[in-house]
Amino acid sequence: MKKIYTRPKSLKRTPFHYCPGCGHSITHKIMTELIDEMNLQDKTIGIPPPGCSVFAYNYFDIDMAESAHGRGAAVATGLKRAYPEAIVFTYQGDGDLAAIGTAETIHASNRGENITAIFINNAVYGMTGGQMAPTTLLSQKTTTTPYGRDDKIEGYPIKMSEILALVKGSAYIERVAVNSPANIIKAKKAIRKAFQVQIDCLGFSMVEILSPCPTNWKMSPVESWKWIDEVMVKEFPLGVIKDITGKKDAG
Amino acid sequence: MAKVLMNGNSAIGEAAIRAGCQCYFGYPITPQNELTEYMATHLSRKKGCTFIQAESEISAINMVYGASLAGVRAMTSSSSPGISLKQEGISYLAACELPAVIVNMTRGGPGLGSISAAQSDYFQATRGGGHGDYRTIVLAPSSVQELADLTYKAFDLSDKYRVPLVILGDGMLGQMIEPVEFSYEAPKEPIIRNNALRGAKGRTSRIVKTFTSNPATVEEINWSLFRRYQLIKQEEVVWDTFMVEDAQLIVVAFGIAARIAKGAIKSARIEGMKVGMLRPITLWPFPAEKVREVANRTNYFLVFEMNMGQMIEDVQLALEGAGEVSFYGRTGGVIPTPNEVLRVISRLYYQKGLK
Repeated sequence: MKKIYTRPKSLKRTPFHYCPGCGHSITHKIMTELIDEMNLQDKTIGIPPPGCSVFAYNYFDIDMAESAHGRGAAVATGLKRAYPEAIVFTYQGDGDLAAIGTAETIHASNRGENITAIFINNAVYGMTGGQMAPTTLLSQKTTTTPYGRDDKIEGYPIKMSEILALVKGSAYIERVAVNSPANIIKAKKAIRKAFQVQIDCLGFSMVEILSPCPTNWKMSPVESWKWIDEVMVKEFPLGVIKDITGKKDAG
Repeated sequence: MAKVLMNGNSAIGEAAIRAGCQCYFGYPITPQNELTEYMATHLSRKKGCTFIQAESEISAINMVYGASLAGVRAMTSSSSPGISLKQEGISYLAACELPAVIVNMTRGGPGLGSISAAQSDYFQATRGGGHGDYRTIVLAPSSVQELADLTYKAFDLSDKYRVPLVILGDGMLGQMIEPVEFSYEAPKEPIIRNNALRGAKGRTSRIVKTFTSNPATVEEINWSLFRRYQLIKQEEVVWDTFMVEDAQLIVVAFGIAARIAKGAIKSARIEGMKVGMLRPITLWPFPAEKVREVANRTNYFLVFEMNMGQMIEDVQLALEGAGEVSFYGRTGGVIPTPNEVLRVISRLYYQKGLK
C-alpha cells in the first residue's frame, strides 16, 4: 500500500499545548511540512519570542532560540549576519511584531535583512489572557477594551504588512489566513515563497497570517473561522502586498 | 608591534578585532562614538565580519544575542543611558549562558546627565543590572593600554564562563590619547564556539531558552549560574596595589579615579604621608579578600569614586567592620584633580593622627 500522508519529519512528537481551534498548530504544521519539502531542516533556525508561540521550540525539530519580547528581528539579524548560511525565521505575534517590536521589525526590513518573519495576527494578546493588540479591530471587545476598541482612545488597528511594503528593503509581503483548507494551502504557498526569497538573498520577507483565537474571541472554532472571513479580512485584506521577485523576472 | 598613539575608544576597537571579534553592533552616544566609528572603518570590511549601526541600543544588544547564538565573538558599546536600555538583552544573555562583551564608557547621570566622565554605573554593572538573579564579570581599566589588554581578556573570560562581560570605562578613558601597544595577534581562523546554533546538521536539534512553565527548572538554571559565579569568584579576581607595604592609609579607587588618586598619593608621599592604594581591576568579582588582607596592616581606608559612593559598600562588606572607611566622591561628570584628592588625604591623615 502506498503511504500518502505522514507526520512531518521536522515536527516533534509532542502534543500541541495550543487551545482547540488555534491557528498556531495549523501554521506549525504547514511550516514543518515546508521545511521538509524544501530540505531545510538542518539549516533552519527559528526565533520565537514571548507569546503563546514561545513554546514553538517544543514542536519544531530544528535549532531554535527564544528572544526577548519584540526583539525577534534584531536577534535574527545578528544570527543571520554571523552565520549567513542559515535560513532564519522569526515567529511573532501581533503584540510582539506590531507593538513592542515595531522598531526592530521596520529597521530589519529596511536594511533588507535576509530573514523571514512569520507574523501571526489574531487581533488579541493571547498568552496574557486576551488584552487589546495593536491589530484589535474597532469596536472589538477585549479585556482591556471592555466597551470595544474606540479609535478616539485606542487608535486604529495597525497594518504592518502595508507599512512594511513601503519600506525599500522588503522583498516579499503577503497576508494570508488559516481559516479554511483553501486558505491554508495558500498560506503554505506564501511561506514557501518567503523562504525562497530568503534563499535567493532578495531581502526581507514576511507572511502575515490571520489566525483564529477562539478562546480569547470567546467563540467556537467554527465561529472564529467565520469571523475571519466576515469581519477580519475587511480590515486586513488577503493577498500579495509586495513582491519584487516578479519585477526581477520581468527585468 | 611598536607603540602607537590612540584614544581609548579606538584602542578597544583595535583590541577587539585582534581578539577575534566578528560582530559589532552599536548606536551613537557620546562619549564612546570613536569606538563605533573605529568598528565601522576597520571591522566592517573584514571578511566574514559584521558592523551594524542599529536603530537603538535595545536592537544592538539583541543583535549581539543573535550573533552569540551563532557562536561568534560579538560586542556592543554605549554609555550610561544607552547601557540602561541594554539591560533587557544582558539579562537574556546571562540567562541563556551566552558570551558577549559590553563596553560602558560611563558618563554623568542619572537621566540624560552629562557627557563627561563618571563612575556612577558601578551598582548597575556589578549587581547584574537587569532583571533576575545574575552577575556579569566587570573589568575596570585605568589607562588606554589597559583598555586594550583587558579587551582581549574580556573575550576570553566571557567565552570561558559563557557569561556576558562588562568593560566599565568612562568618558575620560575613552577620549584620552595615550601610547598603546597591541601585543595580541588576531586569530587566523574565526573563533566559533561549541554548542552554537548553526542548524541541526548531523546532530539533534538544539534549543536556547529559559522560559518554562515549571519554576523549579528556572531555579535550577539559577543554581547552575550561581555555581559558575562561585567559580569565577575563586579564579578570576584581579587587583593592583600601589605603595601599600608601609601604608597607614589605603585609598581604594578603580578606573580613572585610581589614576587621579595615584597622582595624589605620589604628592602625599613627598610630604611624608604613608599612603597607598588598592585598585580593584575586576569590580565583580570584587577583591574582598585582598581588602581584608590590607586591613591587617592599617585600619584606615579612603574610598574615592566619581559617584556618590557605590564601591564603598563592597569595601565595607569586605571589611565587616574591621576598618574605618571614609569616602570622597565627585559626580555628575565632574572630574576631580589630584590636588583636590591630596587635600582630602591630608585632612584625613592628620585628623586620624597617622604618622
